[in-house]
Amino acid sequence: MTKVTLTVNGRTMSGECEDRMLLVHFIREKLALTGTHVGCDTTQCGACVIHMDGRSVKSCSILAVQANGSAITTIEGLSAQGELHPVQAAFKEHHGLQCGFCTPGMVMTAVDMINRRGGSLTEEVVRSELEGNICRCTGYHNIVKAVLAADAEMAAGRQAAE
Amino acid sequence: MYATSYHRASSVEDAVRLRGTSDESKYLSGGMTLISTMKQRLASPSDLIDLRHIPGLKGVSVEGRRVTIGAGTPHAEVATSQAIRAVCPAICNLAGHIGDPHVRHMGTIGGSIANNDPAADYPAGLLGLGATVVTDRRSIVADDFFTGLFETALEEGEIVTAVTFEAPEKAGYAKFNNPASRFAMTGVFVAKTAGGVRVAVTGAGSDGVFRHPGFEQALQSNWSPDALVSIAVDASGMMADMHADADYRANLVKVMAKRAVLAAA
Ligand SMILES: Cc1cc2nc3c(=O)[nH]c(=O)nc-3n(C[C@H](O)[C@H](O)[C@H](O)COP(=O)(O)OP(=O)(O)OC[C@H]3O[C@@H](n4cnc5c(N)ncnc54)[C@H](O)[C@@H]3O)c2cc1C
Repeated sequence: MTKVTLTVNGRTMSGECEDRMLLVHFIREKLALTGTHVGCDTTQCGACVIHMDGRSVKSCSILAVQANGSAITTIEGLSAQGELHPVQAAFKEHHGLQCGFCTPGMVMTAVDMINRRGGSLTEEVVRSELEGNICRCTGYHNIVKAVLAADAEMAAGRQAAE
Repeated sequence: MYATSYHRASSVEDAVRLRGTSDESKYLSGGMTLISTMKQRLASPSDLIDLRHIPGLKGVSVEGRRVTIGAGTPHAEVATSQAIRAVCPAICNLAGHIGDPHVRHMGTIGGSIANNDPAADYPAGLLGLGATVVTDRRSIVADDFFTGLFETALEEGEIVTAVTFEAPEKAGYAKFNNPASRFAMTGVFVAKTAGGVRVAVTGAGSDGVFRHPGFEQALQSNWSPDALVSIAVDASGMMADMHADADYRANLVKVMAKRAVLAAA
């Protein structure tokens, strides 16, 4: 067993695990944060997307020990004091989900996309950036709408702050 | 996944030491191939030597037209490198279309070429550019590096440390995605280099990435998609699978080569 210590949503958390344990299982089973989902388990669907050291990654294809010492953000870490993150609010507003299974990964992907390319998103860019996330309900249309709306709102927020 | 023991290397020397003489251990970079393979129990290394935290393997340098990419550099960093884009945008575009954003954040150039998947993108880029693969032991030109399906010139325990090339006058890459996996069903990289025109094809050959001398000669005398129209692509060496038969791939090779020349213009 190896002790893995991560900064999760701003808090230091540790757990013991076998070296072969996947990060997503560590997050769900050892840290009891079940917002991050296991969908396909083959690096295709993106339900397990989290941020590791500020970049979106698929936590079903990374070992917990590989992540040891890193800073992780999960879906639980997005909203401050019970207030929805603008991307979460936009998914609600624009019906960017139906069954909701892919949503944590979609939202984490959208936040990463806006962090990297915020203010310059177009429908085409959003669709290509969603390459690694699969949704079986929505047909993507409302997800794309939600991401574009959140991007516009966050860009306006940044401008107002300047 | 079978049990394994994880070790984090702090330097290339440390990685070689950790691996020791065991042929049951494996190096781990982004894990975007290896971890999936282990999950399917198609690989069961006793030990994993993680190269991802070795500072010397990371980063990009461009001096004049000489581009050097550390083996541990993720695809996303190559895709967005302004320094590389200024001299060789084709390789940035290639890297930017590997898999999806999350795969590009983890997967590395060293892992991709060491793995040498017959449908991977970087092998075509490196062979097309006439790049050199640098290891902890020697330098290997791309023409000698990629030796077959999932086969390379790497010896047991040898570590890829960097990839280096002289930026070509022009280069372009065109890929026909497998719609499910995003790997290349056929991808063609064309480059006008100091040593002549080079054309490299991935995703199509049953022996992995290969050069197309007929296309190279034609483009050498006339750098235009039209130069390729009358040149036949032999279907006999092409892969055939559920996604495309050999004739279809042979046709794709020509179509992608034309698009690559257009992209390079
Ligand atoms: C969903 C998905 C889509 C993908 N789509 C594409 C695509 O469109 N095009 C494409 O080209 N690839 C694609 N890939 C593969 C991706 O590019 C991987 O990053 C790459 O194949 C392996 O790189 P890695 O750093 O993850 O290597 P790892 O998985 O860590 O290692 C792969 C192999 O290389 C060895 N190795 C790693 N680093 C070194 C080194 N420095 N020296 C010697 N040996 C080393 C390992 O021992 C292992 O055998 C995709 C992968 C996924 C999961």
